[in-house]
Amino acid sequence: MFDLEKDFLYDLSKEVKTGTTVMAVTFENGVIIAADSRTSSGSYAVNRVTDKLTPVQDQIYCLRSGSAADTQIISSYVSYYTNMFSIEEGSQPTVKKAAHMFREFLYQNKQYLHAAIICAGWDPIEGGSVYSLPLGGSIVKQPFATGGSGSTYLYGYCDMNFKENMTEEEAEKFVTYGITEAIARDGGSGGIVRKAIIDKNGVRRKTVYGNKLKKFWEK
Amino acid sequence: MSGIGTGYDLYPTTFSPDGRIFQVEYAHKAVENSSTAIGLCCKDGVVFGIEKIILSKMLVEGTNRRVFSVGEHIGIATAGLTADGRRIVQNARQEAKNYENFTSDIIPIHVLTERLSIYVQVFTLYNYIRPFGCSLMIGSYDEEKGPSLYCIEPDSVALGFYGCAIGKGKQEAKTEISKLKLSEMTCKDAVKEIAKILMKTVHDETKEKEMELEMSWICKETKGKHKLVPKKLIEEAVEWVKGQENEED
Repeated sequence: MFDLEKDFLYDLSKEVKTGTTVMAVTFENGVIIAADSRTSSGSYAVNRVTDKLTPVQDQIYCLRSGSAADTQIISSYVSYYTNMFSIEEGSQPTVKKAAHMFREFLYQNKQYLHAAIICAGWDPIEGGSVYSLPLGGSIVKQPFATGGSGSTYLYGYCDMNFKENMTEEEAEKFVTYGITEAIARDGGSGGIVRKAIIDKNGVRRKTVYGNKLKKFWEK
Repeated sequence: MSGIGTGYDLYPTTFSPDGRIFQVEYAHKAVENSSTAIGLCCKDGVVFGIEKIILSKMLVEGTNRRVFSVGEHIGIATAGLTADGRRIVQNARQEAKNYENFTSDIIPIHVLTERLSIYVQVFTLYNYIRPFGCSLMIGSYDEEKGPSLYCIEPDSVALGFYGCAIGKGKQEAKTEISKLKLSEMTCKDAVKEIAKILMKTVHDETKEKEMELEMSWICKETKGKHKLVPKKLIEEAVEWVKGQENEED
């Protein structure tokens, strides 16, 4: 029997998984976020130079994984609402506020969405913060977070190499090597490494091109 | 005064030839019929005091409250039609809760004030709903920003005050308030001063029945939470006022 919920709507909400690796790390002055640049549809790389670092506010970014459509629309909404609130309040929105708005959207619409977000940035109250918002709509504040299909290859790496209050150099190396390793191991991740360093002075974007990526153990 | 607005005062949807909306002005009159409420911004918090006329000996003390909490950190005192005030407070509580649910932060007082202003203003636009017949004083205290006090009138104008009075005796009360050095006053002192103004300046013992003092505060001592002033402090303030009177005699 044709069941509207089970057959039709379930199929419609199923998304082709686009591989990704994203990371966000707090360091002494703020946060560093990094991502790979591959958007794939099956085995075809639709975009090999994607920019997955999405600004929500001047100093608040989000890293999107899961359904591209879902995450794009939600980060639009959060961007809109944080703007409206900051005008009403006359002060810069905090990362905590943006992250909690993400949570509200993700949780209230959980049956329709397939979206996981990492919200990271700098605000004058907390300094650098990273919030992880996984699939069900929960919110966890963490010193660092990883996401996407490539993140499974990084749990060991992160646990062994992360330190609190790293310098900018150390933190940059941490994320760059992490994404590099994930690109090497995960078929769904590839291309270049895009980074953004967010601190009290603003955002600095950096890119590490394919041929400059460090080669770890490989024959 | 009657006859001045004739013809132009039936609905809030009509301007008079000299640019006034009489229904809104009549709403102000409803506020002026009510007993006085005072709000003071002191150096460590905000204190509200309300002169409550005791209509009958059968009424329980503290009943018919005119001061309300919104969230934990904001207090609202009303003058005018109390039922109208309760309706606006209901809306304020909804706004505060929604804000907190959405952003995980407590609503800043100036955001709440602006939203209540917008809400009150809506009721001055249509002919099938009347404007609110009450004024509200909204107060809060924050460690960093210090005390804040706003007053919203029936025409939806919201202004920030250091010290404010609404209701029947607001003129006399405002005169007394302007004599106080608010930036140097603590909340405990303010309780006494407000008691004095309400009992001596504003309340006319010969004309009116007995009065009861309803006071609340948001201050450093209450850790930024809106609470009723402890009964003991009010009783001490009343004693002090009576003592002052004896000195003057």
